[in-house]
Amino acid sequence: MAALRIFLTMCRRPSVAVALAFIVIVVVASLLAPWIAPYDPNEQFFEGLTLEGAPLPPNATYWLGTDLLGRDLFSRIVYGARTSLIIGIVANGIAVVIGTLVGITAGFVRGWLGMALMRLTDLMMAFPALLLAIALAAILSPSLWIVALVIAMVNWVQVARVIYSETISIAAREFVAVERTIGASSLRILFSHLLPHLVPTILVWATLGISTTVLLEATLSFLGIGVQPPLPSWGNIIFESQSYFTSASWLVLFPGVAIVALSLSFNLVGDALRDELDPTLKGRR
Amino acid sequence: MIWFITKRIAYAMLILLGVSFITYLLLYLIPADPARQIAGRSATAEVVANIRHQLGLDLPFYQQYLRYLGNLLQGDLGRSYVQRSEVAALIGSRLGATLQLMAAGIACELVIGIALGMLAALKRDSAIDRLLMAFSFIGVSSPHFIAAMLLLYVFAVKLAWFPMGGYGGVSHLLLPAITLGLLGSGWYSRMVRSSMIEVLHQDFIRTARAKGLTRARVILRHVLPNAITPVIPMIGIDIGIFMGGLVVVESVFGWPGIGQLAWQAIQQVDIPVIVGVTTVSAVAIIVGNLLADLIIPFIDPRIDIRKS
Amino acid sequence: MKATITKLALSVAVASLTLAGVAQADDAPKAGGDIVVTYQNDVATLDPAIGYDWQNWSMIKSLFDGLMDYKPGTTELVPDLAESYTISDDGKTYTFKLRHGVKFHNGREMKASDVKYSLERTVNPKTQSPGAGFFSSIVGFDDLASDKSDQLRGVTTPDDYTVQITLSAPDATFLHVMALNFASVVPKEAVDKWGADFGKHPVGTGAYKLADWALGQRLEFVKNSDYYKPGIPYLDKIDFEIGQEPTVALMRLERGEVDIAGDGVPPARFLQFKNDPQHQKLMVTGDQLQTGYLTMNVTMAPLDDVKVRQAINMAINKDRIVRIINGRAKPANQPLPPAMPGYDKSYQGYPYDVDKAKALLAEAGHPNGFDTELYVMNTDPQPRIAQAIQQDLANIGIHAEIKSLAQANVIAAGGDKDQAPLVWSGGMAWIADFPDPSNFWGPILGCEGAVSGGWNWAWYCNEKLDAEAQKADAMVAPEQQQARAELWGKIFTDAMVDAPWVPIFNEQRFTVHSARMGGSDALYVDPVHVPVNYDYIWVK
Repeated sequence: MAALRIFLTMCRRPSVAVALAFIVIVVVASLLAPWIAPYDPNEQFFEGLTLEGAPLPPNATYWLGTDLLGRDLFSRIVYGARTSLIIGIVANGIAVVIGTLVGITAGFVRGWLGMALMRLTDLMMAFPALLLAIALAAILSPSLWIVALVIAMVNWVQVARVIYSETISIAAREFVAVERTIGASSLRILFSHLLPHLVPTILVWATLGISTTVLLEATLSFLGIGVQPPLPSWGNIIFESQSYFTSASWLVLFPGVAIVALSLSFNLVGDALRDELDPTLKGRR
Repeated sequence: MIWFITKRIAYAMLILLGVSFITYLLLYLIPADPARQIAGRSATAEVVANIRHQLGLDLPFYQQYLRYLGNLLQGDLGRSYVQRSEVAALIGSRLGATLQLMAAGIACELVIGIALGMLAALKRDSAIDRLLMAFSFIGVSSPHFIAAMLLLYVFAVKLAWFPMGGYGGVSHLLLPAITLGLLGSGWYSRMVRSSMIEVLHQDFIRTARAKGLTRARVILRHVLPNAITPVIPMIGIDIGIFMGGLVVVESVFGWPGIGQLAWQAIQQVDIPVIVGVTTVSAVAIIVGNLLADLIIPFIDPRIDIRKS
Repeated sequence: MKATITKLALSVAVASLTLAGVAQADDAPKAGGDIVVTYQNDVATLDPAIGYDWQNWSMIKSLFDGLMDYKPGTTELVPDLAESYTISDDGKTYTFKLRHGVKFHNGREMKASDVKYSLERTVNPKTQSPGAGFFSSIVGFDDLASDKSDQLRGVTTPDDYTVQITLSAPDATFLHVMALNFASVVPKEAVDKWGADFGKHPVGTGAYKLADWALGQRLEFVKNSDYYKPGIPYLDKIDFEIGQEPTVALMRLERGEVDIAGDGVPPARFLQFKNDPQHQKLMVTGDQLQTGYLTMNVTMAPLDDVKVRQAINMAINKDRIVRIINGRAKPANQPLPPAMPGYDKSYQGYPYDVDKAKALLAEAGHPNGFDTELYVMNTDPQPRIAQAIQQDLANIGIHAEIKSLAQANVIAAGGDKDQAPLVWSGGMAWIADFPDPSNFWGPILGCEGAVSGGWNWAWYCNEKLDAEAQKADAMVAPEQQQARAELWGKIFTDAMVDAPWVPIFNEQRFTVHSARMGGSDALYVDPVHVPVNYDYIWVK
């Protein structure tokens, strides 16, 4: 019931309602892609290119125009929603779970395990993320799931680091010390104080992380080690067409808008959730 | 404190060792043959074998790594397979440009990020707040390549306010730095905003206000220092992410930095250069984190870092 | 059907190029002027024994000279540091008479011993030259290459101005080899002084001297006033700016800040330059000694069946692929590019015929096609071209999964006997080192290349054709050249019967220069001084 109440409160904000609606649209589009997309996303139409090989701008046949191979851009964007969502959610989900576990263990449980985990985090942090992703992708030979895995392996570190600093910051506050002096168990402190305080941070990172993930996927595609062609993702649609940005801007514009809109939506929703869930803010608005 | 710093530096060296090991291992596993690359397409098998031997690529992995490490300790990063010059010289010639761009880029990030974050927190839930947060997020959600091309197109081509790329004075530096700053500031403004809102609601702020201090004084003396605490480890964290942006921004603006060097080396699988750049960036990142850890206690005395 | 050869002599091959420049030939070249040239990628080295890149190839040619060179803008061989040469009747001994008074940039006169030293330096394995293999026909190559000797026995210097080179077998391409950058003459004292860093401090006899080099940023070439050709070069100074994104370089060129955009026209701007008369004037088009091809590994089932390979040859719509790259190439039907001697104009190749391809595939026992993999390099436009090939293959039932990898990884996969069934050569395709058909055979279609780590990714090894190739290369006399070209042409068309490749297109080259640049168009798309012949261009 509480969840429903929070949901309804959030929807009272128009921006959040729009954001939720957009997320729903993207999810539905990716689930029902074969029925929504007017064409096969991989079919290269002969009449989809001008005689000089230039892509077609938006028109009645191809609603959002065609790409550099004469494929229907709208169909590719609809199917690309699948790839981007899968990578966004799976990779970011793994990253947040690993990062939270590591961060809490290192910041709260501490001991040799916490120490070891923090050293591992430091080690990973010291890598330029992009280079690590490139090296991993080059060795593992990219595919959808490998890309998701590579991104998760790179992204969990930031989450862990932030959760770790938050954890030690919270654990150092007076109320935790008070709890400890009145003899509260570590588990009790963890669940009744630490986790509730961490939820906003985790949520902020989980939402922001989806956009980072989609962008990292796009960057990997740009370097040629993202999902393999012809599988469309919003990232690789942009990067396949980037050199045509000035002459065929729709190829960058539409998937670009899709990416920004999706990230923005997750952000707005996460932000609203944060306001609803943060115990220190409750009742003070 | 001295003991703590010594310990952290020892850790840093260990981490560096770990980074070089993992990088070397990953690159060793990449299925490409450097000896073939050097020998060219007209080479006989004998020539290739000879080059492989000269480079020590016929040795087992651990020997290759130890050899690399031994040279590294003497300050020798090896020679590029493709460029045939000392890796240290290649990096050295580009380090200045990159440090310049990094400093300017991070400064832009912080100025934009903290200013917008503060403004948004103070005007919380107003139209300004929503606009600023949307802006910060659009920045965060834009690929560097597009943003860089867009800024270049608008400000250098159309308006001709800035030169079109290349290395030089402040006018050359500004546009790439602003690109990095705009795209990176989103994290900071969001972070500053949320921590500032939290601080604003804390008891000691209300006490301060109740004592009759002016709003501006409370914000500058009490709220801001507390609110930017989470920003400090972010700078350390950011250096790693920043490197990714540098690669793209440097190549669009023709900025002759390490990012561009790394990008070219990656495309050519020039292993000594990749390992060298990774090691140098790792040093930068480790130093960044170390400084962040050392500075936090001065700003937020509630954290006793020696326990961590 | 008997093949008839139309392109006979080297000089005819690129006649079309020189014609393009006639319009401008009236106004006489003017000396003086500084220009700015941009490149995206770093200049790796200016060491002539090592440099093998797009951007440094003609830079090195402007700093150094060899015994032979080509007439500017053409593929016609002419003596350079050699004044004249003679070839013995058995085709094994070449005697070069050197020019007197040619000076290195350090002021010392170039002598015969420098020529011998330079050749030995390139072949010496310690130099790690990618061009060492070109000199394998010189007597004593094996001893030097395997560290058994530090000299090339076959190179002798009877006096200061005579160099005699003895070959172990007649080699019709030897004069071309002597015109390669790898045969450039370098002064021993400068190499000894700089060691492995000679490439950063080059000293040659060429038209320009290196004045300054800020690594990764810019290079400055200044006129060598002691150059042995009077009046050459015309320019006083060339500034090479490195690290410029091609699109940005073009914008700067339109604003007059850049004179030559070394990387050409990026795809997005190409149609604009081609169709807008204002831009058209600035763009020069030239042929390239290049073929883009799809290799089919003849040792891997089911590609080991010639019918399957022929079916694939008929399944690919080359016109559409050319359209995808905005017509920046011409469809190909044989391995040799049209500008190469030996190219068979009358050869028709395999037609684009999907029904026939399907029938052939069924005949071979694969009526429903099969699954395979297509390796491709991961920079634009290569993955796009691979996707076009993928769709064409799907039309005859062949399902090819695309493996889009970094260049080095594709090269490694192609050189591994049972890894890559299909490789699209784009981005790594063979561009001839010199304008001779033999350079298009051995490493990429001959048995010598079909080895682990080799470049013959089709793993095609036809001993009969290899023997023919050997025969052709032994034809050194000038009067045999027509017969030799014909023989070479037949070797390539005969190989196409076995269909180890699908030749897809011959790429063209486009250089953009500012309106103030003078000199024949051919100089801006020089087939040998790639990409631009800096020695002969001038400012209006």
